Amino acid sequence: MLNLLSIITFTPAIAALILAIFLRGEDEAAQANAKWVALVATLATFAASLILLAGFDPQDTGFQFVEEHDWIMGFSYKMGVDGISILFVMLTTALMPITIGACWNVTHRVKDYMIAFLVLETLMIGVFTALDLVLFYLFFEAGLIPMFLIIGIWGGKDRIYAAFKFFLYTFLGSVLMLVAMIAMYVDAGTTDIPTLLAHQFSTETISLAGWQIIGGMQTLLFLAFFASFAVKMPMWPVHTWLPDAHVQAPTAGSVILAAVLLKMGGYGFLRFSLPMFPVASDIFAPLVLWLSAIAIVYTSLVALMQEDMKKLIAYSSVAHMGFVTMGIFAANQQGLDGAIFQMISHGFISGALFLAVGVIYDRMHTREIIAYGGLINRMPVYAAVFLLFTMANVGLPGTSGFVGEFLTFLGVFQVNTWVALFAATGVILSAAYALWLFRRVVMGELIKASLKSIKDMDRREKLLMAPLVVMTLLLGVYPALVTDIIGPSVAALVDGHALALQAHEAASQMAQN
Amino acid sequence: MIAADLYTALPEIILALFAMAALMVGVYGGKDKLAEPILWATAGLMVLLALFVGSKGLETRDAFNGMYLSDAFSHFSKMVILISAAVVMIMGQGYMAARGLLKFEYPILIALSVVGMMLMVSSGDLIALYMGLELQSLALYVVATMNRDSTRSTEAGLKYFILGALASGLLLYGASLTYGYAGTTLFAGIISTISEDGMSLGLMMGLAFMLAGLAFKVSAVPFHMWTPDVYEGAPTPVTAFFATAPKVAAMALIARVVHDAFGVVPGDWSQIIAFLAVASMFVGAIAAIGQRDIKRLMAYSSISHMGFALVGLAAGTAQGVQGMLVYMAIYVTMNIGVFAFILTMSRDGNPVTDIGSLRQYSKAEPLRALALLVLMFSLAGVPPLVGFFGKFYVLWAAVQAGLTWLAVAGVIASVIGAFYYLRIVYYMYFGDEVEPLDRVAAPVQATLLVASAAIMVLGVINLFGVEGLAALAADALVN
Repeated sequence: MLNLLSIITFTPAIAALILAIFLRGEDEAAQANAKWVALVATLATFAASLILLAGFDPQDTGFQFVEEHDWIMGFSYKMGVDGISILFVMLTTALMPITIGACWNVTHRVKDYMIAFLVLETLMIGVFTALDLVLFYLFFEAGLIPMFLIIGIWGGKDRIYAAFKFFLYTFLGSVLMLVAMIAMYVDAGTTDIPTLLAHQFSTETISLAGWQIIGGMQTLLFLAFFASFAVKMPMWPVHTWLPDAHVQAPTAGSVILAAVLLKMGGYGFLRFSLPMFPVASDIFAPLVLWLSAIAIVYTSLVALMQEDMKKLIAYSSVAHMGFVTMGIFAANQQGLDGAIFQMISHGFISGALFLAVGVIYDRMHTREIIAYGGLINRMPVYAAVFLLFTMANVGLPGTSGFVGEFLTFLGVFQVNTWVALFAATGVILSAAYALWLFRRVVMGELIKASLKSIKDMDRREKLLMAPLVVMTLLLGVYPALVTDIIGPSVAALVDGHALALQAHEAASQMAQN
Repeated sequence: MIAADLYTALPEIILALFAMAALMVGVYGGKDKLAEPILWATAGLMVLLALFVGSKGLETRDAFNGMYLSDAFSHFSKMVILISAAVVMIMGQGYMAARGLLKFEYPILIALSVVGMMLMVSSGDLIALYMGLELQSLALYVVATMNRDSTRSTEAGLKYFILGALASGLLLYGASLTYGYAGTTLFAGIISTISEDGMSLGLMMGLAFMLAGLAFKVSAVPFHMWTPDVYEGAPTPVTAFFATAPKVAAMALIARVVHDAFGVVPGDWSQIIAFLAVASMFVGAIAAIGQRDIKRLMAYSSISHMGFALVGLAAGTAQGVQGMLVYMAIYVTMNIGVFAFILTMSRDGNPVTDIGSLRQYSKAEPLRALALLVLMFSLAGVPPLVGFFGKFYVLWAAVQAGLTWLAVAGVIASVIGAFYYLRIVYYMYFGDEVEPLDRVAAPVQATLLVASAAIMVLGVINLFGVEGLAALAADALVN
């Protein structure tokens, strides 16, 4: 099919439009209809994306399923996927039906809620498929609008503060990237991403307001993109919006935020920073590696002291994203493989953890760790599922969490042993906070009176968890599922990066002689 | 010769004659009873004139020895001015009628001010410029005080008049300095003097004073003080008018003066305009945060938006002018939508302008709330809405002209500005419930609101071709 990517991207938006136009009323039947329409649309999108995966050729490192149409101002509407982006598309389409399922109990403005999620899905897929800078920016930024509404309308007690903080923080990060994109457009004369990937941005040292800037234009562009992606990731020390947003967001919002939205930052590093600004990436790699290592240790320590379950998992997400940035800026095959693997695996694991918190929140309406204890006595299935994902979060071999962490360590060890050593202590801390959480919530005697009549997971909840359990274990024992698809593209990226660095080195040697 | 000259300036002549005829009809034919037909006739004529001007396309002519220029640039600006004036007039008609403000002079004064604006964008001479500007301003001073029994409306008009007179004085002083040092009032003559003898200090002073006077008309900081008070005090339909057509005319006039008369020395005026742009963007964005009155808020919002349009002009290139024109067209469309909404805001039949009254508006009127949400995000410049493309254009022009710092300042100001647009969304969707606004039918306003929002969404496909027209217009101005 010629425009399969457009179909995948816009199916949810069309479903949202249908809901907006044809569905009337707020009674129970209308609410159920809205949910079913959303579920069917997201499942259809997932089915279409399976066709995409089936037709994808991993050995081809170029862009596939490319569509191109002229647009305004010399931009183009250009879509395509390669080995790096296709799995993010799959992750998004696979998680959306689960997300919709997670909001089955919502009764407040259901139609609007479904529309917001469907629009968000279109925008998220668009981020991963866009092959034009401006188109990418469009999808990247537009995602803020539905997420702002999801946190603001359906969120918890302090939702307004969290929604504003989320929006303004990420908006500020992104606008600098916009200026950088314009500068790239002026410099290269095109916004076509494949062309820009082949374009060399100047690395000549320039002086700006008395400062000598090594790496010149590449450095400035890198920093502007870094501002955006580091906030989105989020990297320490610009992660502070994430715990607020997570705590206040409704369960489904948290799932999608942790599972997909955070991956946009990592995807941005892979798509733009590393291949387009190789010299600047090399200059900043030590800084990013250390920031990642600090993130892993520091946020793990912070997670240890949290009293709110969602906040704890949010901080653990920041720590896990630290592994991702570490792997990316190791800039070798293992590191990049590991980073992408970690992102995919974290999508399933953190999504599942937020769902797990949602399960008991729906019953008890509190996320305080102290309000729970001994759940294993009344909720054996829940305890088993929660244990599995706790272990996956820690990185137990046999789960997907292990593969990602191991590969990133392998990658970074070759580049900077000290960072690897320092970050490895974070793994111990992550075991500490995750197991301690499990101990306090699930294990022990059930002594709280309020928990005496708590029910185990119902069929819907089990159904939602099942695919996540399967994926976590499957990727844990058979990681080639992912690495076979990403491998060739990552290899091409690594080679291109190394070549660009060599060329730069040779050029600066020539200049010195 | 004179016939050709008159034919070139036909649109202005027709509108001016119509205004005078309508005045006679009004005075002798039944005063305010005729207000509504006159208003519709004026609006209809404006739309026809817009089509007529548009049909001239790329044709370039001048008349009256170069005092009047008719080119693609003026055609584009005139179309935006005429159409927006017509739409705003129709939009406010119900509001004015319901409050007994629909005097027959109202459409006539608007028509006269539109004649002034058309002259402004077509002027090729300092005297034509001044005549156009004063015709426009004098009509607007009167319109601001349309609500004669309201002290605030009168106060607004008086404030506008006094500060406007001061600005006119500055402009006139600048024009006389320019005339003194260039020896001619024709733009073509000024530019040839500069290219031959270079920029003298006197011309520099003249340029600075003229820009100060013009900055007042677009309410650029630091000449913006009148804007919030006048916006707040004037009747809402009049405010809507102030926020749209005159801004386009004044912005186009600035472009005309700097490119036609001083186009060979862009470095000299680009700095001044860049300063005005940065100051406007930041003051507009920061001062709006404290506003509780939606009309004052829109005043600061328009100050900030004028700053962005000036970013395009500061680039001093054809892309910059194109960006400015696209920006203004988008800005006008958004403002028409927002003011259409403000016109419907009332409680127990009385107009309210407190933004707190919007709390949980989305429950009562989901469609209108959604439309306003789209407009707010578009004003904030969030993609994929069209407001983003306006910003993209001017920033692109600035970066291309080497003014990257200006682009960085612009995007930071846009983040600050996003806060107060978001706050309106927050009131409508997440706020606590208060006594709701009246549910008014208001078909005209609701249609315009929704249409404007729809344009903001659908425009992402190709901006309705505005960019191509603006490019042709800009090329006609900047050679």
